[in-house]
Amino acid sequence: MAMLPVSAPAEWPQNLPPPVVSGPARRGRPGLTRLVRAVRSNRKATAGTVLLVLFTLVALFPGVIAHDNPSATIYARSLGPSARHLLGTTALGQDIWAQTVYGTQQVLIIAIGVGLLSTGVAVLIGVAAAYLGGWWDGGLSLLTDVLLVIPLFPLLIVIATYVQGAGTLILVLVLTLTGWSYTARQLRSQALSLRSRDFLEAARVRGERRMYIVLVEIIPTMTSLIVASFLTNALYAVLFGSSLQFIGLGDPNSVSWGTMLYWAENNEALQTGQYLWAIVPGVCIAALGAAFALLNYAFDEIGNPALRPLRARRRMGRRSRKARVAVPVSGMGVSRAR
Amino acid sequence: MRFLLRRLGFFAVTMWAALTLNFFLPRLMPGNPAEAMMGKFRGPVSPQALKALELAFGVDTHQSLISQYFGYIGDVATGKFGTSLYFYPTSVGRVILDAIPWTLGLVGVTTILAFVLGTGIGIMSAWRRGGALDSIGPPVFVIATAIPYFWIGLMLILIFAVRLQWLPAAFGFDITLTPSLSLPFIANILEHAILPATALLVTTIGTWILTMRNNMITTLAEDYVRMARAKGLPGRRIMLDYAARNALLPNLTGFAMSLGFVVGGAILVEYVFNYPGVGYMLLQAVNNEDYPLMQALFLLITVAVLVAILLADIATAVFDPRTRTGG
Amino acid sequence: MPARRHRGPAAPALSPATGSVLEVRDLSVEYILDRGTITAVEHVSFDLDPGEFIGIVGESGCGKSTLLFAIAQLLAPPAEITGGSVIFKGRSMVGLTDKQLAAVRWRDLSVVMQSAMNALNPVKSIGAQFKDAMRAHGVSSKQEIAGRSAEVLKMVGIDPVHLKSYPHQLSGGMRQRSMIAMAMLFTPDLVIMDEPTSALDVVAQRSLMVQIKELQREFGFAVIFVTHDMSLVSHFSDRLMVMYAGQVAELGATRQVFDSPLHPYSAGLLDAFPSIRGERVHLRGIPGSPPDLARPPHGCRFAPRCPKVMARCEDAPPDLYQVGGTQVRCYLHEGASGGDAGSWASGSGAAGSQDAGNEDARSAL
Repeated sequence: MAMLPVSAPAEWPQNLPPPVVSGPARRGRPGLTRLVRAVRSNRKATAGTVLLVLFTLVALFPGVIAHDNPSATIYARSLGPSARHLLGTTALGQDIWAQTVYGTQQVLIIAIGVGLLSTGVAVLIGVAAAYLGGWWDGGLSLLTDVLLVIPLFPLLIVIATYVQGAGTLILVLVLTLTGWSYTARQLRSQALSLRSRDFLEAARVRGERRMYIVLVEIIPTMTSLIVASFLTNALYAVLFGSSLQFIGLGDPNSVSWGTMLYWAENNEALQTGQYLWAIVPGVCIAALGAAFALLNYAFDEIGNPALRPLRARRRMGRRSRKARVAVPVSGMGVSRAR
Repeated sequence: MRFLLRRLGFFAVTMWAALTLNFFLPRLMPGNPAEAMMGKFRGPVSPQALKALELAFGVDTHQSLISQYFGYIGDVATGKFGTSLYFYPTSVGRVILDAIPWTLGLVGVTTILAFVLGTGIGIMSAWRRGGALDSIGPPVFVIATAIPYFWIGLMLILIFAVRLQWLPAAFGFDITLTPSLSLPFIANILEHAILPATALLVTTIGTWILTMRNNMITTLAEDYVRMARAKGLPGRRIMLDYAARNALLPNLTGFAMSLGFVVGGAILVEYVFNYPGVGYMLLQAVNNEDYPLMQALFLLITVAVLVAILLADIATAVFDPRTRTGG
Repeated sequence: MPARRHRGPAAPALSPATGSVLEVRDLSVEYILDRGTITAVEHVSFDLDPGEFIGIVGESGCGKSTLLFAIAQLLAPPAEITGGSVIFKGRSMVGLTDKQLAAVRWRDLSVVMQSAMNALNPVKSIGAQFKDAMRAHGVSSKQEIAGRSAEVLKMVGIDPVHLKSYPHQLSGGMRQRSMIAMAMLFTPDLVIMDEPTSALDVVAQRSLMVQIKELQREFGFAVIFVTHDMSLVSHFSDRLMVMYAGQVAELGATRQVFDSPLHPYSAGLLDAFPSIRGERVHLRGIPGSPPDLARPPHGCRFAPRCPKVMARCEDAPPDLYQVGGTQVRCYLHEGASGGDAGSWASGSGAAGSQDAGNEDARSAL
């Protein structure tokens, strides 16, 4: 239609800035500083990051704050909290604090392991389906949808039962196998919508090979969705992994929050007044889960400013308006002596 | 119409996948699964029962895998799910039928309640941006979705059943009473349902609130909402008829899917409260290696989800005219 | 004077002496964002007589749509009117709540938006959306509603059977015309149109414009027509306003502005559309891009791209100067007919300026 052309004909003076040519769509590859700034300005992101860092530190250096062997059943049973046993002991004579601290390792491994693997598979299948199209898309989408529809937890239970006493690795694999389909769908949707974008056409016309286009052009643009997928999958892993352990389908002899709850339930912790045994692991699961959930939600808000809390914006507005009074107001006939 | 047919085709494929999983998984186990099961079996074992099990699992039979497969599918199609091992000699079908009403009642009602309440709160929260609900709400609900169901259940039991002793901690009803349709018995049922229902409600309502709020916010920025304002339409009408109606559409499918998950979804809550529903039975089956029961339940849950999705598609077609004519 | 948010009616609720249907004075709109404030519209003023057709043109991002929504009081956070007034038929509109505005909306002032696909509720039939508008303004009889709905559709050349259709079932042109029909439901005094032709092909565009013009002739309503397509609107408008970076660059009779544009930007715009019948000329564009409104340049906003830029252009922003019947914001025309444009009291007052450069212009007032 009647849009303004932006070429710079020779008649125009030479000292003018060169015309702006519209380039490829913004890649959405946040620089690290921009990321840090975004995290600090968003309260949810800050909270989530702090929690996550805390848990990671505990998992990496458990010996620093817990001095007992979590599996050793050598202590007096069912003790209440004391200076010696910060959270008391279990009915089997283990130190609850040590178990909680060391348990962090397994939970984090499961969460991050499943998060990375699931997201990897999801990206692979989702983007492949979108980019290859045709029969490939049909087949891969069908696979994704079928896995999506089959009820998750029952499927997990069924598989875990047949596998008989899943160790951590098996748990990670099983969770990955059942969990990738959800985020794969989202990734495929986005990849599809990107497919027709101009900058991809430009790459194709330039003669770039398919693999290049996928790796260098498409995937970086999808960074925020990929990060969100990782967080979603990690959250899913924390919750469902603990759930499986709770019903005894994990390795009951490993040290993890879910298995703690399993033993607590089996030993009737609630009915026998051993409350901390049942409360503490749950709080930890909730906290780690909340960390992922908060980060996920914060990413949503960072990407879509409309969702951000309104009050923060208004407050900014008032502050900046006050500042503006001091600045000369340009415009029609207004005195410039300010 | 073509859309529906494609959908049905998809369901057929999914059912087939579920059936195949059911068929192959036990055969992938090492050793003789029938004997392994028998090993855990209490009570006298008749050689016929052992033989039947072996047949069911394809051990030492002369049938080819293919004919076993079709035999299995045929059995399922005609409703022969076999006999439960844990509840021997009750048939699997009987066990399931007894458990379904409990799950439908508890989980069904709670899911609907969570959806209705959650959606309503989400709409209000988005309509009054910057209000109290909108500022505190989202972070709180985000955290709420991260809490494991079963743990909330445990905490509720701790507070209300063990410490305060207000509500019962387990079972669908007081097992010392004889079931009847009398008012006191129904009241007893409701009393036993309160804690599990609360646990479910608390953990699921957050998602509905958040998704509805986010959808509403996006919808409220649409041109047709601005247009409705320009026409001078009253606020309530804009909120409901123009914004909510459009914002709800993507959620409908999610709601229907969650209805489908009703049947299998509250497994852990039922477990924690010993509530005699489908989920509880599934876990009993798992813990006691009652494979026939477990397989049948798995199929049942899958079917429920598929039916729910179908209903969701129909609902979308009814509420969104674009799908009707778009095909 | 700091930009202040307008609270209540500033003018009496009776017809003003000028008899205009719309008076916009010194209107300013800001987007208040986390990273700062963007002034999207700055001190825009104009009058509109009954039955007049004014076109507002400019590049994307110049603030024309924001101006439109500000006039119709349809802004939503983070956009806010931060100064000036909008007086429609003698009543001030700024600061009124939706409820208070409801009486005036659609009856006297209606809006046509850019994309009917987005502006019409996708889950309601056309007829249902007409009905909504009528019911909101007290028309409740089924026959009346049906009758009027059919009538307005016929006005724009659509068969009333389409009242039952959903937006996605109509063609682009029909959708756009049904939006115009909807705007005609109460034959308002002012119809505001935001790029209603942008989504259509050239032929449909012209036919739509002709349709609008015919309706205008028949019912006598005033039109504010926002577009980036200067050549299209200039065939149909009485006056033309050229906007740049949130300010009025030039405002005058269409013929005047089109034949002899005073502002270098308007000249640049026109040069970009060679006449199909004229002689062959070298195609010219305007190099560079519009300024970042979060940090507008010190002086004239067009200075970085202006082919006729002078030294003083970068020191301080020019006022609007009156040249015959046209206003133009450019130092080139400063001395032309003396100083500050026109009979309008700018909302912040024509306070004395200490800037030596402008003193001569001021003293001529």
